[in-house]
Amino acid sequence: MRDMQYKKEYTQDILIEDLALPEVVSIPISQHMGKSCQPTVKPRDRVLRGQLIGTCEKGICAPIHASISGEVVSIKNMPHSILGMCLSIQIKNDEKDEALDNKFEAKPVQEIDKLNKDELLKIIFDSGIVGMGGAAFPTHIKLNPPKKVDTFILNGAECEPYLTSDYRLMVEKTKEIILGLNLIVKILGVKSVYIAIEDNKPKAIAAFKNAIQNSQYAIRVLKTVYPQGGEKQLTQSVLGKEVPSGGLPFDIGVVVQNVATAFAIYEAAYLNKPLYERVVTVSGAILEHPKNLRVRIGTPISNLIEACGPINGQIAKVVIGGPMMGIAVSSLEVPVIKNTGGVVVFSKDQVRPKEDRVCCRCGRCIDVCPARIMPAMIGMAAEKEKWDIAKDYDVFDCIECGLCSFVCPAKRDLVHLIKYAKARAKI
Amino acid sequence: MQKQEPKFNLIVTASPHIGVDDHIVRRMWATFFSLIPAGIVGIYTFGIRALYVTLVAILTALIAEAVVQKFRHKEPSLLDGSAIITGLLLAYNLPPNVPLWLVVLGSFFAIVIAKHLFGGLGANIFNPALAARAFLLVSWPKYMTTWQSPRWQIDAISSATPLMLFKEKGLHKITEIGVTYKDLFLGNRLGCIGEVCIVALLIGAAYLLLKGYITWHVPITYIFTFGIFSWIFLGKGLFNGDVIFQILSGGLILGAFFMATDYVTAPITKKGKVIFGVGCGILTFVIRKWGGYPEGVSYSILMMNAATPIIDRFARPKKYGFIKKIKND
Repeated sequence: MRDMQYKKEYTQDILIEDLALPEVVSIPISQHMGKSCQPTVKPRDRVLRGQLIGTCEKGICAPIHASISGEVVSIKNMPHSILGMCLSIQIKNDEKDEALDNKFEAKPVQEIDKLNKDELLKIIFDSGIVGMGGAAFPTHIKLNPPKKVDTFILNGAECEPYLTSDYRLMVEKTKEIILGLNLIVKILGVKSVYIAIEDNKPKAIAAFKNAIQNSQYAIRVLKTVYPQGGEKQLTQSVLGKEVPSGGLPFDIGVVVQNVATAFAIYEAAYLNKPLYERVVTVSGAILEHPKNLRVRIGTPISNLIEACGPINGQIAKVVIGGPMMGIAVSSLEVPVIKNTGGVVVFSKDQVRPKEDRVCCRCGRCIDVCPARIMPAMIGMAAEKEKWDIAKDYDVFDCIECGLCSFVCPAKRDLVHLIKYAKARAKI
Repeated sequence: MQKQEPKFNLIVTASPHIGVDDHIVRRMWATFFSLIPAGIVGIYTFGIRALYVTLVAILTALIAEAVVQKFRHKEPSLLDGSAIITGLLLAYNLPPNVPLWLVVLGSFFAIVIAKHLFGGLGANIFNPALAARAFLLVSWPKYMTTWQSPRWQIDAISSATPLMLFKEKGLHKITEIGVTYKDLFLGNRLGCIGEVCIVALLIGAAYLLLKGYITWHVPITYIFTFGIFSWIFLGKGLFNGDVIFQILSGGLILGAFFMATDYVTAPITKKGKVIFGVGCGILTFVIRKWGGYPEGVSYSILMMNAATPIIDRFARPKKYGFIKKIKND
């Protein structure tokens, strides 16, 4: 998108730092696509950092782990960035930050080399790893596709404006990401491996070029174009192939994983460390010190924003994720979960005005749509509640990237209308 | 229930949370201002009378818009530029000495019938200004085809426009018609108020193209298609047409850049816009060659307006990951 300002300069050169531990963490039982976990702890139990606190037997699911040591105070409905409300396990910090017995120290490399595909998948499942780019699909399922695949793409595009958490990880943890990548390649048994990075991240490109010398991996430097980080768009950019409508990349033999997920796989296998923390970019023009923070899962976002203060003005909107696809939250109690890559705050004058004029049919939304559907038509159909027309205009092919609303000169809320149409057309 | 945090009162909307610095009202006003140079030259050429026609057209359009919006219980939006542009474009498509009551009627027709009775902004099928011109032309053909010479020419009233000479007298070469290319470029000829000065129109069009408010798809394919056909067929024998004369005379430049590009009445996809432009070009040629009128721009755009819904239906972009449907017999 030519007109997009990526605003990465706020945080791109700021080292990842640890956020002070919160007094209470609130860990939702659902942080992934699929079935919710069953809590395995009760109120008043003492838990240690990294201890399993919720799991499920089978199905699409990823277990959850305590992110601090302390006492389980309650299990109740709490705000959730995606679901609105969700049953969450509250753990009160005992200030000791005591880890499980193994202390998450590095295991000898020979031991890792001996692990086979199923053992690795089990480690990934046990560590509760999900796709950390946003979709939060359980990784052990994605890495075990029902069809034979031959290509793997490591997704370092990070195309959302403001967000730099993946970028910082790529620069600071290059080696670890590649170790994680090696494990993914071993699990999938693929021959062609691409590392895809957008050209607005020269330091990350240099770091990877340096690190992968003499390996069969290829780096693909992509022109910076939102929404290239979407796996279907990335597949198209890297391989020139399109994923069939209604399908997934594995249908054409491709699996895509985010760099943060590869890093989590490294930590799980080499350090035996489950996914209980992640890097979150906290940014926005009104923050005095925007940062890339390593945050324990379950930390309320108010802590993150405070750590980046003082705030110059009044916060009018807080978005979890990036500004294009992120979700505006109504409460700052919302906790960081496994797919929270960023928290972006906006002041009143930065909020996109709500006008919703009539469509003037200029066709800008159609020109920019990466799914090459006709958002204007779906929007008009949705306003008139014509769900069959919305379906006819391929509403289910929409990836909700937000470019249509972004460019609309009539300031129509096309994504909103399309999401509504999707929900209604399904019935 | 927990109390709302007093510190923050957060706005919650659907994504995306940022947008481009672009606004439909700004686009409308940009179109308005891009048309101003052509009007100034028109008024300079034909005298103060042309200014009256323009002002009456705009004023009537605004009043009609206000009245209809009141009746339709719509938020008044007079300053969004849409009615003003309709009025302005209608005036640009009228002879300078047309009676003012005719202007009032035309402007009223454009807003009430052609725009609002078809659903209002965003829903009208026909370009309102062109529909009104067509209405006036069939109802009062005499007034609509009485032309006034530029102020500096002596025979003040009722000579023929270059295209009428071409059509009715069968004059094919610009030298026979008695104008030069320079006259055509600068607007030193008979014609409608806004169509005569090509240079001024092109300046406005270039501005709109540079800003991205219009795209090349309609105007360029329109002019190119028409140019090809007029080169082949609009001369003595084949491949002997005076293309530059054909393109510069009549309302082709005004129509192609400012009326065929109307968002509402042209196809929404790029593919559709190209088809639309080609269709306009062929129809304009057909009317100029065989039609009853010397000029064909208005009618060809109107006819393609009518075809727009069906073009939109078939000229869709091929979606990402398109799978060809296999017919099962």
